[in-house]
Amino acid sequence: MSSGYPLDRRPVKLLIVDDSNIVRRRIERSQQFDDLQVVGTAANGFEALELARRTDPDLVTMDLTMPQMDGIECITQLVKLKPAVRILVISALADKATAVEAMERGANGFLNKPFSDRQLNEAIAELMY
Amino acid sequence: MLREEELKTFVDGTTRYFEVAAQQPATIGSPYLLEGEAAMHDYTGMINVSGKREGVVYFTAPRAMLTVLLMKMQESDFSHESMRDLVGEVANTISGNARRDFGHDFVISVPSVFSGEKPQIPQPPGARAFVIPIHWRSHSAKLVVSLT
Repeated sequence: MSSGYPLDRRPVKLLIVDDSNIVRRRIERSQQFDDLQVVGTAANGFEALELARRTDPDLVTMDLTMPQMDGIECITQLVKLKPAVRILVISALADKATAVEAMERGANGFLNKPFSDRQLNEAIAELMY
Repeated sequence: MLREEELKTFVDGTTRYFEVAAQQPATIGSPYLLEGEAAMHDYTGMINVSGKREGVVYFTAPRAMLTVLLMKMQESDFSHESMRDLVGEVANTISGNARRDFGHDFVISVPSVFSGEKPQIPQPPGARAFVIPIHWRSHSAKLVVSLT
């Protein structure tokens, strides 16, 4: 998918956070933006913060239910570490209160699992383009 | 105690999972009350539920079904680890979606996954367990919902 942005625009750096390998690969495979560059994948909040320090992502897709450090705690710390980062929560938790809490902590968008390729790309486009 | 009408949340969640993730709807059989222990398939993903309700939700499926499901998801890794990952993710997704109806206090754990060994299924006092049969392509699996 073409972003329609100027050719000299630098790539958008994407960090994918989910405790499922299948979901991480699915997001990586399904995103259709020419200028989106996956800079890392993490299986929990601790790994995500470490990778965020090293890779300085522009966009993070964030699962919520994860071992060791969950997504809500990770969002809280991530926005302190990288205030400009855009965070798209991708979670099975489908209640409104969870979405509101994630947004209050600093997330910018929310996509429920299961999701289609189209829903994923629309959610990314809404945040980044 | 889980009421039969509340099972619709899990039936709908299962239907949605196969429609969206596998792009091919599953046929959901009539749920029935489990008496004794459910027969387990090759892989089982289990979610512990706490808060407003207590108990477990688990998805158990044969390897052949999971292989086709992974193929439909464009996956190329059909390893044991991928099978374990998938049953955990299915159980997590259906349980997480149930919060749409059960609310924020329906607290779910990260998945526990069993394969090859007989899982220890916690059974809180007062819980009723229902089996939701899932038929997809030529395969059959089960979602078991055991909640107070």
